[in-house]
Amino acid sequence: MAKDYGEVKLFGVVGSPFVRRVQIALELKGVKYTFIEEDLKNKSDLLLKYNPIHKKVPVLVHNGKPLAESLVIIEYIDEIWRNHPFLPQEPYDRALARFWSKFIDEKCLPPISKASFTACKEERDKGTEESLEALEFLENELKHKFFGGETIGIVDIAAGFIAFWLPAIEEAVGLKILTHEKFPKLSKWSEEYTNHVVVKENLPQRDKVVGFFKARYASIINASK
Amino acid sequence: MLTECFLSPIKGTVFLQNWFCFSSEFSIPSGDKVEVLDFWASPFCARVKIALEEKGVKHVDREEHDLFGGKSELLLKSNPIHQKVPVLLHNDRPLAESAIIVSYIDEAWPSNPLLPAIVYDRAQARFWADYIDKKVFEAGRNIWASNGEEREVATRDFIEVLKHLEEALGDKDYFGGDAFGYVDIIAIPHSAWFLAYEKLGAFKVEDHAPKISAWIKKCLQRESVAKVLPDPEKVYQFVLYFRKMSGLD
Repeated sequence: MAKDYGEVKLFGVVGSPFVRRVQIALELKGVKYTFIEEDLKNKSDLLLKYNPIHKKVPVLVHNGKPLAESLVIIEYIDEIWRNHPFLPQEPYDRALARFWSKFIDEKCLPPISKASFTACKEERDKGTEESLEALEFLENELKHKFFGGETIGIVDIAAGFIAFWLPAIEEAVGLKILTHEKFPKLSKWSEEYTNHVVVKENLPQRDKVVGFFKARYASIINASK
Repeated sequence: MLTECFLSPIKGTVFLQNWFCFSSEFSIPSGDKVEVLDFWASPFCARVKIALEEKGVKHVDREEHDLFGGKSELLLKSNPIHQKVPVLLHNDRPLAESAIIVSYIDEAWPSNPLLPAIVYDRAQARFWADYIDKKVFEAGRNIWASNGEEREVATRDFIEVLKHLEEALGDKDYFGGDAFGYVDIIAIPHSAWFLAYEKLGAFKVEDHAPKISAWIKKCLQRESVAKVLPDPEKVYQFVLYFRKMSGLD
C-alpha cells in the first residue's frame, strides 16, 4: 500500500487515454485518490482554474496543488510515491525513457490520428505510412517483457494508447496497422500490458470506445460530403 | 535548416540498423568526453550548451554546416529517429531532444542543480518547459514564415504565448525563483530570435511583456548565456535569407 501523503484528486474523463495513464500510474503505486468526472463540452470552473493554460484533462490535484500534462504528472507521482518506480535509476536510462515517452506522444499518436480521422484518403494513407514507420522504431526498442524491463515503466504507461486505443480505432475505421506479422514484439507487449492485473481494471469498456471512434469517423466522413 | 522544430525527418534514409545507438547496452563510461552536434542559430542547441556551461562541463561543439542535404554521418547515426540537432554525445552515448538532454545534464553532473529541490516545483518546471517547447518556436515561425493577414494572426498568437510566460514569471527574478535554472535555460535561447519576430511582426516584446523583457536583460548578463547565444541581428539576417530561399519574399 502506498504511503498517505495527503489528498489526491484526479480530474478526467473515463475514455481518455491520457487520463487513464495517470489513473494506471496511481493504481500501480496503490495511491488512494478521488476521480472527478468532467464534461468536456461543459468544463467545470474548477478544471479551468486548475489548468488555465491548456484547459484539458487530466489534472492531478495533490493537497490542493494542481498539475497538468500526463507525462509531467506521472514523473511527479513517481517522485512522491517511491514504490514500483516508473523511471530507471541511471541518468542515461532515465533520459531514454523520457525520449521514448515523448516519441510516442509526438511521433506515434498524430499519424495514427491522421490515418483514421481525416476525410481525405491521400492524407489517411500518408498517416498510415508514418504510423508504420513510427511503430517500427518502438518494435525495435522492445527488448524485455515491458519497455520498463520486467515491470511496467513510464514508456509502457505512455504506450497504453497503442495497446488499447489503437486496436479499437482499427476496428472502428477498418484500419490495419498493429499486426502480428509486422510487429510481433509490440503485439505481444500489447497483450501483456492490457492483461496486466492492474491495467485491465483501469481501461474503459472496449465496445464504448469502439462506438465513440465509429461515431467520430462517421461525422468526419459526413462533414466532407 | 533542420533544428528541432523545423522539418520532419528525411524519409527513406532511416538508419534502422543504427537504432542501437539509443540502446542502453553501452558500458558505463569512464572519463568524460562531451560533444554537442550543433547549429549556431538553433535555440535548442543553445539550451544544451548553456546547461553545460552552467555546470562547468568542458565540451566540443561540432557545427552541422549543411542541415539541408548534407547532414553529417555522425548526426544521422546518433539521431536516426529525428535526424536533428542538438545531439549530446557523452562518452559516445548519444541523446536527442534538448529538454531531455538538459535534464540529463542536470542528473549526470548533480552539483549546482538546475531543477528545484521541491518535487512539486520540479513538476511545474517540467510543465513550463513542455509549454515553451510546444509553443514558442512554432508561434515565432508562424510569424516569419508567413505574409499579410496570416502574419497578423500569427503575431497576435505569439503575443498570447508571451503573456502566459509573463504570468508564469510574475515578480520573480527567474522562472524558478531566486536562481537561474531549468526553465530559464529552456526559455532564454528563444530570445535571440525575438528581434526577427519583432521586425517582421511589427511589435515589441517589451510593450506586451515587460517582465519577460527585463528577465531577458538579466539573463544576458550571465556568462553562460552571453557566451552561447547568437547575435539577434545575425539571426534576423538568417531568417530573411531563409525566407528568400523559401520563396516567401
